[in-house]
Amino acid sequence: MSSTAGELLREAEKGTSLWQDAWIRLKKNRFAVFGLVVLVLMMLTALLTPWIAPYAYDAQNLDLGATPPSAQHWLGTDIFGRDMLTQIMYGGRVALAVGLIATSVALTIGVTWGAIAGYVGGRTDAVMMRLVDILYALPFMIFIVLLMVVFGRNIILLFLAIGAVEWLTMARIMRGQVQSLRQQEFVEAAVSLGLPARTIIRRHLIPNALGPIIVYTTLTIPSVMLLEAFLSFLGLGIQPPQTSWGLLISYGAETMEEYPWLLIYPGMALTLTLFSLNFLGDGLRDALDVRGSKD
Amino acid sequence: MGRFITFRLLQAVPVILAVITVTFFLVRVAPGGPFDSEKAVLPEVKAALEAQYRLDLPLFQQYVAYLGDLAQGDFGPSFKYPGRSVNELIEAGLLVTAELGLYALLIATLIGGVAGIFASLKPNTDQDYVPMTLAMIGICMPTFLLGPLLVLIFGIRLEWLPVTGWGDIPGDKILPSISLGAAYAAYIARLSRAGMLEVLSQDYIRTARAKGLPERQVVLKHALRGGLLPVVAFLGPAFAGLLAGSFVVETIFQIPGLGRFYVQAAFNRDYTMILGTTVFLSTLIVLFNLLSDVLAASLNPRLRHQFHTGGMP
Amino acid sequence: MALLEVSDLAVSFVTRNGVNRAVDGISFTVESGQITAIIGESGSGKSVSCYSMLGLIPMPPGRIDSGVANFDGQDLLAMSEAELRRIRGRDIAMIFQDPMTCLNPFLRIGDQMIEPLVYHQGTSRKDALARAEALLDEVGIRDPGRRLNGYPHELSGGMRQRVMIAMALINEPRLLIADEPTTALDVTIQAQILELIANLQRDRDIGVIFISHDLAVVADIADQIAVMQNGKIVERGDRRAIFDHAAHPYTQKLLAAIPSGSKQGSAGDPETLISVRNLKTWFGQGENVVKAVDDVSFDIHRGEVLGLVGESGSGKSTIGRSILRLVPVTGGSIDFDGIELTQTAGSELKQLRRRMQTRVSVADAVQQLKDDVGLARSAVRKYPHEFSGGQRQRIAIGRALATRPEFVVADEPVSALDVTIQAQILELMQELSREYGLTMLFVSHDLAVVRHLADRIIVLYHGKIVEQGDGSTLFESPQNAYTQQLLSAIPGRQLIA
Repeated sequence: MSSTAGELLREAEKGTSLWQDAWIRLKKNRFAVFGLVVLVLMMLTALLTPWIAPYAYDAQNLDLGATPPSAQHWLGTDIFGRDMLTQIMYGGRVALAVGLIATSVALTIGVTWGAIAGYVGGRTDAVMMRLVDILYALPFMIFIVLLMVVFGRNIILLFLAIGAVEWLTMARIMRGQVQSLRQQEFVEAAVSLGLPARTIIRRHLIPNALGPIIVYTTLTIPSVMLLEAFLSFLGLGIQPPQTSWGLLISYGAETMEEYPWLLIYPGMALTLTLFSLNFLGDGLRDALDVRGSKD
Repeated sequence: MGRFITFRLLQAVPVILAVITVTFFLVRVAPGGPFDSEKAVLPEVKAALEAQYRLDLPLFQQYVAYLGDLAQGDFGPSFKYPGRSVNELIEAGLLVTAELGLYALLIATLIGGVAGIFASLKPNTDQDYVPMTLAMIGICMPTFLLGPLLVLIFGIRLEWLPVTGWGDIPGDKILPSISLGAAYAAYIARLSRAGMLEVLSQDYIRTARAKGLPERQVVLKHALRGGLLPVVAFLGPAFAGLLAGSFVVETIFQIPGLGRFYVQAAFNRDYTMILGTTVFLSTLIVLFNLLSDVLAASLNPRLRHQFHTGGMP
Repeated sequence: MALLEVSDLAVSFVTRNGVNRAVDGISFTVESGQITAIIGESGSGKSVSCYSMLGLIPMPPGRIDSGVANFDGQDLLAMSEAELRRIRGRDIAMIFQDPMTCLNPFLRIGDQMIEPLVYHQGTSRKDALARAEALLDEVGIRDPGRRLNGYPHELSGGMRQRVMIAMALINEPRLLIADEPTTALDVTIQAQILELIANLQRDRDIGVIFISHDLAVVADIADQIAVMQNGKIVERGDRRAIFDHAAHPYTQKLLAAIPSGSKQGSAGDPETLISVRNLKTWFGQGENVVKAVDDVSFDIHRGEVLGLVGESGSGKSTIGRSILRLVPVTGGSIDFDGIELTQTAGSELKQLRRRMQTRVSVADAVQQLKDDVGLARSAVRKYPHEFSGGQRQRIAIGRALATRPEFVVADEPVSALDVTIQAQILELMQELSREYGLTMLFVSHDLAVVRHLADRIIVLYHGKIVEQGDGSTLFESPQNAYTQQLLSAIPGRQLIA
């Protein structure tokens, strides 16, 4: 008799292999795998750039000027004689750095905000989400431009501005997740077992909400990168002598009639990266079977 | 429905107020004033100018005075262009930007919507992969990249289309509208595909098929309404995004629109112009979001029911 | 000639994990003027067989391996999609399990109903609407004219199912296929719908295929019964034959699994563990207040299983959650072993909670099952998990008992599970409750199940107690009209003890 009960308890302890299942599904998605491969290559390149870039990032050759792709300069040179391949590689470093840092900021704020609002509910939730709604409705593009123009080109401000825009969506998603999870059985079980709220949030809610969090993080990174490129394009982000793909594209756009490669290669780099990240994010979303913030 | 609209309008007020306030103080806090870049002027002249524009008053008083003017619909005089009011300038730029935004939205909705529906009918086949990959490229290629590329290919190399101006040469509205609308077409394609797929897997679609209806009727009559709901809900934020992002396209194609005025105003520290444009655009955006929510609600009978009963499902 | 003659039908699903033979060579006939029931648990192939005949299974991954399905002399399986479409909705109509999701929420009821008429017969819209209104009246919808202009969400589950039935019959089909039409409905509504189907069938003298996982449900209306297991028909016969002398062991197992009889002679400890007085749990305020539990008083004795029976909206789940303090109580008192629950909070409540355990409930299991049953639309990779519902339930029970609580609230622990699994779980719960000396509050809408397990039963209606007593008394001589209604609604009462 106690064997039945013991058997039951042992069965209960075996968790579901959600992650293994998801990994298998992910591998089958060709686009997602492509995205993952590109991402890994990109990260490796970015990390190793100072060692593997053919030229120093500020090496100019004014006599040379802009030249099309050749044996010494695989992707050509810009009007200052700088090697485009090097420029693009360094731009990649910047893009990745901004992407990861700003996203982490957005993630931390957003997840915490959303988890608290979703779990506590009631008036606190109403107030917290009302704030999010108001902030969401503000045309941030406009504010960011304003900020950047007005306060000058400060890289810290850049991160803050970008993070400030992105955390809102994360908060909304997290709150939706927490709300729906909260009504589920195991949370009620945890509550009736007498666990404190802090523990429940940390040990039960967040791991279960991990799916959507991972997906939206993967999708936020390209969003952030795009934002940075955009600001740099406007001249409001990364400043020379640092490079950014946005900067490169803006130079390229100016001179594209005579030197189209200055526009095309950085453009391809940016598009390819965003492409890969988005496909990866989509693939993760399918693999983890995550829907949007439904009720 | 009336209750819903009133409620949302009331909600919009604090938002707009917040926008006005934050912008107002932000701009003032920044270093540099509107008259600093003028060639050196005598201090008395500068003081007189500042008095004329109320810049000598304490900041808070300026704020209140501005609110008062706003209530009467007066955005004040432009600092940069003496003799012209912000209202005039906004009006001039608005027509252009609105038209640009509208074309872009039309392109985005039609192309995106159709592509997405098409893809959803045969998921995971080429009919699905091709449009969706194109859509992904559209999302991943920012407007500031796509615009120049289009100019390069169609304007410079092929010389098919003009690359500057708006309304001056026939066909000069095509490239800017496409550049602006492309990214949104991509988003809408994905949204409509997802929405349609979701609906097509519903039980009531099976019921429709069990009634022997032709597939076309099943898709168009039964699936479309539910499937396109996310697209309709997106239209508001989409138009808002279009408005806010129009200045890139306006800059690239040299279109005299509101966006371009805004960026110039920001660089020139033209306070009233900045404020005016920001407030105006924000209000438009808020209104558009409201409109799109109302539209979405009217398409979904369940939500409509909720509004009649004041929120109780 | 029989209305429908199926021979050697075999359907497989080709997936990445291999080929799954869902229907393994079955043959049966359906006569006009009779109700033929196909009974089987999930995964038996009962739904797949009928869907595949009408071309409602996506092919791929579905594949018809063999078979002939002669409807009116023509082989359905050999028809083109266009030909099949002409038959669907006109000669053969279907109704499905979940009326909530089977009607298009975005279209008016009238618009949806007239589609088969307009499309197949070219009827004018005006005439079609008139016909629809007449049918709505016939199936028992009040004020049919107004309903035609309304939307599905305005109707209750039972009413929606009636609309589905009316919609199916609008073209006067000769064969009606009903796939679990009452599984999602409350017991009393189920009884009404069963009666409706039987009457309509008789009036029109059509053939009906009634698919169900529950043998008891068809006990009153089926003329012929075919029992399926693992894609094969294991037994076939008329109603009497099956219920009185079933030959195949699986059929016997199904029959045995039908809960019957009251629990005998376990009076339990007369000592009271939980005492509920004047409990009120209300939601909302003002004119929108919902009185889920409205002044309810009862005791639960130590070591006993108290059954709480009621239909949806009766408040039974809310009582359980109120006792466990998972919802705020509006009024009244709950005494747990001398401690007043409504007054405790914070750490004291936490301590208490360790002695009680939350409902062993089925939200997840039901979802899984719904996916299993909704074969035509769900991904086929879910198909093989026939018994996952039962598995999950066992795990849930294990978790609930892990802390050795004194008191357990079991809320619908076996609804929507296959009959044999249901029987297993019930047995398990009985064993465990005896072994651990558990006090249990067993909440369910299924009177037959509750009677089987509970020492005493309380019947709830709209938040109030209408009757209580022990199993046998309640069943043999119910006092209250509602209890009598519930009892008479239990399908198959005549044939099963």
